[in-house]
Amino acid sequence: MTPPASTAAAPPPHALPADPLLEIRDLTVHYGVIAALRGISLSIPAGAIVTLIGANGAGKTTTLRTISGLIPARRGAILFAGRNIVGQRPDQIVALGISQVPEGRLIFANLTVLENLRMGAFRQPRRALIADDLDRVYQLFPRLRERPSQIAGTLSGGEQQMLAIGRALMSRPRLLMLDEPSLGLAPLLVAAIFEKIAAINRDQKTTIILVEQNANLALEISDFGYVLETGRVILAGRSTDLRRNPQVRQAYLGVS
Amino acid sequence: MTEFLQQLLNGLSLGAVYALIALGYTMVYGVLRFINFAHSDVFMVGAFAGYYLNRWMPSDSMAGGLAILAGSMAFCALLGVVIERLAYRPLRRRSRLNVLITAIGVSLLLEYTGQFLFGAAPKPFPQLFPVRTFQFAGGLIVSTNQLAVLVLTPLLLAALHFIVLKTRFGTAMRAISFHPVAATLVGINLDRVISFTFALGSALAAAGGILYSLNYQSIDPLMGVLPGLKAFVAAVVGGIGNIPGAALGGLLLGIIETFVNGSRWSTATDAIAFALLILILLFRPAGLLGKLEVEKV
Repeated sequence: MTPPASTAAAPPPHALPADPLLEIRDLTVHYGVIAALRGISLSIPAGAIVTLIGANGAGKTTTLRTISGLIPARRGAILFAGRNIVGQRPDQIVALGISQVPEGRLIFANLTVLENLRMGAFRQPRRALIADDLDRVYQLFPRLRERPSQIAGTLSGGEQQMLAIGRALMSRPRLLMLDEPSLGLAPLLVAAIFEKIAAINRDQKTTIILVEQNANLALEISDFGYVLETGRVILAGRSTDLRRNPQVRQAYLGVS
Repeated sequence: MTEFLQQLLNGLSLGAVYALIALGYTMVYGVLRFINFAHSDVFMVGAFAGYYLNRWMPSDSMAGGLAILAGSMAFCALLGVVIERLAYRPLRRRSRLNVLITAIGVSLLLEYTGQFLFGAAPKPFPQLFPVRTFQFAGGLIVSTNQLAVLVLTPLLLAALHFIVLKTRFGTAMRAISFHPVAATLVGINLDRVISFTFALGSALAAAGGILYSLNYQSIDPLMGVLPGLKAFVAAVVGGIGNIPGAALGGLLLGIIETFVNGSRWSTATDAIAFALLILILLFRPAGLLGKLEVEKV
């Protein structure tokens, strides 16, 4: 592992457990000539909730998009369950067990709720399993069960977020990545959505990567956190430690 | 009145063919946002496939005719998939203009390969279905060929409707048309769904080619150019990317064209038909059933 650029802020090596489900090594990503990620390394332990925090343009969304195979990596490796997934197509990566709820949700507004969920199970050939998964999603989000044939574009923002998460769960991910799930939602809804995220992690043993502007919330729910700044990891550690870190408190938690 | 009905019938059978071609343009536009200009030549290949299949196993019955129709549709479905695989897929990440120009190239390739293989001279198209005409009270005349168009087109449209609305691949086509990135992120294999879309559109174009040739009885390698252009316009008038819109636009164009052709302005048929369509677009720029799409930056 290459040491992070800022040695002063280097994470203590014992902070993160070994045997990660996902490991990113020295990942570099460019948009044209602009470097979006400058050699980041992350380790996501199985069963954990890990959050990426940082300002706009720090590289959080780029990290998720690269893991999902939407952007090619210029250098580095992404190991999922020990296997390098760099260069795989996005749909192949979903098939391996990594699912993303993208920023802005990107539900299919022209399809019904049920059709959206079924698209999440596009690669599942067994109808019986699709029915099981559908039931599990409906248990998690009873609001969706009430309106399977509603056109998804007419759902409220909170319902659309539930649908986006439900759709991602339909592919039975081992790793679920959520990009700004609180974006544009009322505080009460945000709390409800975060409760569901915690429940998915607890009940289905799904490992979760959470990208979130609201660092307070993100560090509260997560086990580990990484702080990104202009394409580099500048801090990493247990979320409880990060919340006490003066640098984090000042820059991201709004406490001086 | 009889003349009106007769013309309406003629218009509907011509419009049905336009509709069958227009669907291919609109479906490919829906998933890839580009106009497949080679589509009109797949229509031509469909007609020639029917011609050669009939030589190989001449049809003398309803079932024989349907078998030839199905064979030609299957052949063109494959052709559509191959065209996409070889010509368009390598350019998927390039600008749409590159793909558009490539499509024109593929179109010319098909036309002149057709001239090379089949000769440039028109060939008489065989009667695939037993020829009979039915005379109705009041003098309305319907031939089996027209009947074939009027019965088979609704069946094909119903089948397409079912595929697009009720099947996994049809739903995926609509998902991709809404947001391709979101579609890959949920695990939809874009390549497979795009191949499927080309197969579907090309099969319909082949059906259109055969039904058109049954009524015009002469085929040549450049026969796709004008009907293809008209079907493309029909797809735009209906609202490009909108499937019911393409069917509606096709029928409308066929009916307008036939009525103008039967009037004393018949020498200006195409001019008048197209002027009417331009008028429609002036008032509904997104087409009859289309929604205006805001170009995202």
